[in-house]
Amino acid sequence: MEKFELLHNVNENGPRGGKCGHGSGGCWLFTCKIGPQGSRPITVEVIEHLERLALVDFGSRKAVAQLEKAIAFANRLHAVHTDGVEPMESVLEDRCLYLRSDDVKEGNCVEKLLQNFHRVVEEYFVALPGNISLAKLEDKEPSQGHKGSNL
Amino acid sequence: MLGRTLREVSAGLKQGHITPTELCQKCLSLIKKTKFLNAYITVTEEVALKQAEESDKRYAKGQSLGDLDGIPVAVKDNFSTSGIETTCASNMLRGYVPPYNATVVQKLLDQGALLMGKTNLDEFAMGSGSTDGVFGPVKNPWSYSKQYREKRKQKPQGENEDSDWLITGGSSGGSAAAVSAFTCFAALGSDTGGSTRNPAAHCGLIGLKPSYGLVSRHGLIPLVNSMDVPGILTRSVDDAAIVLAALAGHDPKDSTTIQDPVKPWMLPSLNDVSKLCIGIPKEYLVPELSGEVQSLWTKAADLFESEGAKVIEVSLPHTNYSIVCYHVLCTAEVASNMARFDGLEYGHRGDMDLSTEALYATTRREGFNDVVRGRILSGTFFLLKENYENYFLKAQKVRRLIVNDFANVFNSGVDVLLTPTTLCEAMPSLEFIKEDNRTRSAQDDVFTQAANMAGLPAISVPVGLSSKGLPIGLQLIGRAFCDQQLLTIAKWFEKQVQFPIIQFQEPMGDCSEILGNEKLASVSLKQ
Repeated sequence: MEKFELLHNVNENGPRGGKCGHGSGGCWLFTCKIGPQGSRPITVEVIEHLERLALVDFGSRKAVAQLEKAIAFANRLHAVHTDGVEPMESVLEDRCLYLRSDDVKEGNCVEKLLQNFHRVVEEYFVALPGNISLAKLEDKEPSQGHKGSNL
Repeated sequence: MLGRTLREVSAGLKQGHITPTELCQKCLSLIKKTKFLNAYITVTEEVALKQAEESDKRYAKGQSLGDLDGIPVAVKDNFSTSGIETTCASNMLRGYVPPYNATVVQKLLDQGALLMGKTNLDEFAMGSGSTDGVFGPVKNPWSYSKQYREKRKQKPQGENEDSDWLITGGSSGGSAAAVSAFTCFAALGSDTGGSTRNPAAHCGLIGLKPSYGLVSRHGLIPLVNSMDVPGILTRSVDDAAIVLAALAGHDPKDSTTIQDPVKPWMLPSLNDVSKLCIGIPKEYLVPELSGEVQSLWTKAADLFESEGAKVIEVSLPHTNYSIVCYHVLCTAEVASNMARFDGLEYGHRGDMDLSTEALYATTRREGFNDVVRGRILSGTFFLLKENYENYFLKAQKVRRLIVNDFANVFNSGVDVLLTPTTLCEAMPSLEFIKEDNRTRSAQDDVFTQAANMAGLPAISVPVGLSSKGLPIGLQLIGRAFCDQQLLTIAKWFEKQVQFPIIQFQEPMGDCSEILGNEKLASVSLKQ
């Protein structure tokens, strides 16, 4: 391994003459390469699907554009060779997870827990009918009545 | 007194120079005076004074619980605190009062620390500026320092003095501002991609990210389960070591904490660095790095070498992809973790009576800001069946390559890596907001997130002031579970660089009587 000459060899003022290169995304580190997937625009079907799964809405065209940017950024991963590499879920994969013994050690705090609930009837949380699907994008009026589960 | 380190004040308490209640009152008074920094979301005055009273009694009997007894601390508002509102700076959890303490909070309280309050952050800890929370942005105390203001005298007068305040960095900006402004001696932050080290660098503090698995995450509202770590912000390395010693160790409530026994330890004083090998990762020398940061990085490397350490260039070949990998894994885990916020059991509940799904959707639209929603949607995209392999699993594979890069370097004899913490000094908020949250996070996390991906301990040490009079920090990354070694080296380094103490001007100038002008000689330290 070489001595750390790299720091000394660069111009004292840095490659950009002493200014912090935070520009508007034009620098090499943050430029997005088009990966094999390309940067396809997101279809309405995908938008609806994501909103339904996440139960979070985009709210604006800007948000969709941001997702497109996020995908384009992520596409850079495809340039890395990962054949034969196992996915890593946790840095502690070589260790055993600790499991507690199945003994009740604490609890009996119903009162404390109920304090945070908005709609409570006796000790039940009030939920709503669960088998009504979220309204589609084109049809903003929520549907009345039961449509059956289509999960 | 408030300008001292934790260790000095602890000695002062033990010797009776000051009582915990007096100390508490001074801190509370300073918190009020520095309210404009917006560092605190909740100030727990009554709780703190009550804790101080109990600490007074212990000291009077000579039965202090340890170095943290009677010491004012602050906690980032994404740690659960029993009976104290915990919001994560989000509408989703406004009014939420946890019924339990996070393990790290409990440990601090068990040691007698005084809880001053819950500090401000980016909403759900997503961001690198502490500008995106619902309670407003946090202002960097250095905006009001003599060091910065004097350099700015050349600017034309007439503009509003405060409109160009500087960001603290994030997302633990409130904790950083609280410590930097002397309102407490230590603060807890969280660190998923650099959220403790980034504001530490911008606020001239020590920011420690312990090894993943060393400190319990129970009660830390999770962002990325495989990378989150409670972080520690202090004004000296020694103080960070004291806090870490109190927090480290297995927690039966967090099965990702390691079970190896953690022996109590005190940081040795390192006098001889000749046996050390410092690695300089060449891929960290990026064009975006400011000339001043690079210059300090070079000087630091020269310093180690001149004192006898072996300093070599090393390679972490997958560095370019680290931030991309982090982005995919982070958004995917966030999408999963944010699913718990549905408005039924706690937190905000939308006004919607038609169906469960409609309720969840309304609640989440109203409760989350754009940043959070954006990350959830990105993460959901990467987890779609058709994308799972190409994005999520791919990122997990790249993560392994990155972890291997570090392992290879450490296995070749390197003890610590020396890198910048941030690309440049703290910037004015008006400048910062020109780019969106995701872009800024991708820029600002570039040096810090790799340590989270690999679970390695890392610390930011303030090393000098920029030409504008603002702090610049450098980062040391250590081997997994060698936190003590990392802190020992950082302590030596801190002593060499002698980072200046912040000096305040108006509107903080009238705090001097609270900070006190006692001579150091009057407090004797027992090491």
